[in-house]
Amino acid sequence: MSALVQLLAVAKRYAGAPALHPTDLSIERGKTTVLIGPSGCGKSTLLRVIIGLIPPDSGTIDFDASQITPVNIEMLRRRIGYVIQEGGLFPHLTARANILLMARHLGKSDEEMHARLLELCELTRFPENLLARYPLELSGGQRQRVSLMRALMLSPELLLLDEPLGALDPLVRASLQKDLKEIFTRLCQTALLVTHDLAEAAYFGDDIVLMNEGRIVQQGSITDLRERPANPFVSEFINAQRSVALA
Amino acid sequence: MKSFVSLTLVGMARSCVRGHRSTLSLPMLLLFFSATLCFAANPVLIGSKKFTESYVLGEIAKRTLNETGISAEHRQGMGGTIILWEALRGGQIDVYPEYTGTIAQEILKTEGQLAVQEIRDALTKFGVGMTEPLGFNNTYALVMRRNEAQRLGIRTIGDLGKHPELKIGLTHEFLDRRDGWQPLRQRYSLPQLNIVGIDHALGYAALAKGSIDVKDAYSTDAKIAENDLVALADSFDFFPKYDAVFLFRTSLRDDAIAALRGVAGTLDEARMVRLNAEAERTKNYTKAANLYFQNAAGSAVTAGESFWQKLARWTLRHLELAGFSLLLSVITGIPLGILASRGGAIGNIILGFAGVMQTVPSLALLALLVPLPFFGISVRTAITALFLYGLLPIVRNTASGLQDIPRSLRESAIALGLTPAARLWRIYLPMASRSILSGIKTSAVINVGTATLAALIGAGGYGEPILSGLNLNDHVTILEGAIPAALLALIVQWSFDMLDRILIPKGLRL
Repeated sequence: MSALVQLLAVAKRYAGAPALHPTDLSIERGKTTVLIGPSGCGKSTLLRVIIGLIPPDSGTIDFDASQITPVNIEMLRRRIGYVIQEGGLFPHLTARANILLMARHLGKSDEEMHARLLELCELTRFPENLLARYPLELSGGQRQRVSLMRALMLSPELLLLDEPLGALDPLVRASLQKDLKEIFTRLCQTALLVTHDLAEAAYFGDDIVLMNEGRIVQQGSITDLRERPANPFVSEFINAQRSVALA
Repeated sequence: MKSFVSLTLVGMARSCVRGHRSTLSLPMLLLFFSATLCFAANPVLIGSKKFTESYVLGEIAKRTLNETGISAEHRQGMGGTIILWEALRGGQIDVYPEYTGTIAQEILKTEGQLAVQEIRDALTKFGVGMTEPLGFNNTYALVMRRNEAQRLGIRTIGDLGKHPELKIGLTHEFLDRRDGWQPLRQRYSLPQLNIVGIDHALGYAALAKGSIDVKDAYSTDAKIAENDLVALADSFDFFPKYDAVFLFRTSLRDDAIAALRGVAGTLDEARMVRLNAEAERTKNYTKAANLYFQNAAGSAVTAGESFWQKLARWTLRHLELAGFSLLLSVITGIPLGILASRGGAIGNIILGFAGVMQTVPSLALLALLVPLPFFGISVRTAITALFLYGLLPIVRNTASGLQDIPRSLRESAIALGLTPAARLWRIYLPMASRSILSGIKTSAVINVGTATLAALIGAGGYGEPILSGLNLNDHVTILEGAIPAALLALIVQWSFDMLDRILIPKGLRL
């Protein structure tokens, strides 16, 4: 089976400075690919190029064997879920309305939407009685669960997560990490997760992609990175994170 | 204070009007007029200038026509000569009182004096007819406080030359006229430099208080005797004769023309001064005009409206002015704000245009619209000016409300796969609703206040009593308009606060 997403020589410059050098990457079906690296390494840019928030300067991106173009991007976005750091929930809509927004726009039936909503609450361990609340009335962790439900509502083939747990306190973060991993496994979800935390990457990643200064430095399992570093930067990055964890 | 500032702007506005002596599109105006006045059976429309005597003459014309069984409507105090003349030529009014000197100097732009018949012949080509003189000569005069004139030994206009320190307050029209201040100053070689432009009615108050020493006046003005002023002798016969007449459209029905001609020769100077004094004393032009008819008919005095009837009429018209203009501002302002929020050249042009509209003084905006086809002296002009005036707060708040939406939320909306229209309608506009509504509220409150100026072009509303009170220097009449206008502004503000709770999504009010 081919990769779900295939990037070929995708590059992006901001005001002349390269944010992403020509980069190739495959995202395999059913696996969680983790993009990791220091701030400004291009990991978020890569993710945003895939969902079409940033047009690449050159290169091609194939989704499910067809090339992404400005014409088909809107349709493809409905097959991709997107979760960001603070959740990106719309403050004027209740949790329920946020989750159902796109399904309503596409004219799904009430029964279908309600059934899916119950399924998602169960999946993400979100109490149903909080669905009527507005984002400002929810805790950070609850907001991320709602955001996840919104992303999963249309059963997307690909889930993109940009530092989804970055703004949460350690306890909430740990419990959400665990739930998230369970959900991925249960749904056999293809996911691309961006983080700067090596422990999180190791916890989720079937495949870890380490980036630095707009390039992929090394791709492999955590063991590969730890034991067979491609260059001194990889060792440095891993050691730095380990020392933080020990301190 | 605002009204005062506005009135001093009349002069500016009027000079602009003069520059645009454009031909009005008659068919369009007729079309528009038949639309706005369809409720009345084509009454004869009488205009008058913004001073007591013109109001009284307008009322006399109205009652003269009414007594002949012709329905007539009087649009009081529409402005100065040019506005009235253009309105007459454009067919927006049928009749207005004018003075022969003004016609010769201002309208026909001739240098020397003209005989009545010469003036009548010259007017024919404009489709305008003129009655015989009504019987009195209301020429210009310069007036001073009597005691001051005696103290300084000033008797004639030429004597002013010996006292260059005197402060002179002149109406804007007199400052601009071809038979006004500039040639007068040359004729008498006056050195005065201390000249201010001031509204006619306010000028009397300023003269009484001593903030000016000399002002221009009309020789039949009741205020001259009332305020113990003295008119300076015009020893060089500089001022031409100003015989009062009615000007009318030659297309006016014959019986109406005949009735107006009947007034000629019936009003001598003493009688006119009495009528003016009565108008100033009773603050009621209709009543003053009725004095004119008392000898002849002694018939039933036209019952005036009660205060509450007038208040209802002003309120309805004021709401119409402010409401329609606000609706237009909202309908065009929000889309323009959406376009402007995208930035770039178009955004700058839109915000720049709306900004410029608001920096134009509201009164100047009114006066600039008057000479344009489609507009003229009408409610439509007032609504258009208010609409343009109210645009900026809505455009700016819509644009800034949209621009303030965090990038992460914009991107979330895009990443969901919503179409651009759905993003705008379901996400961006609701999120900007607080800012947009506050722009609409600002615009509404400004409109309610500014709509009082609409009375200057005869569009009515609360400005009507404010204007006539200002003209009569009568504070009670001013308050009859000013208090309701202030209350309405408060009610509007309060209603919008209520509306906020309905229209702003609950999630944004937590």
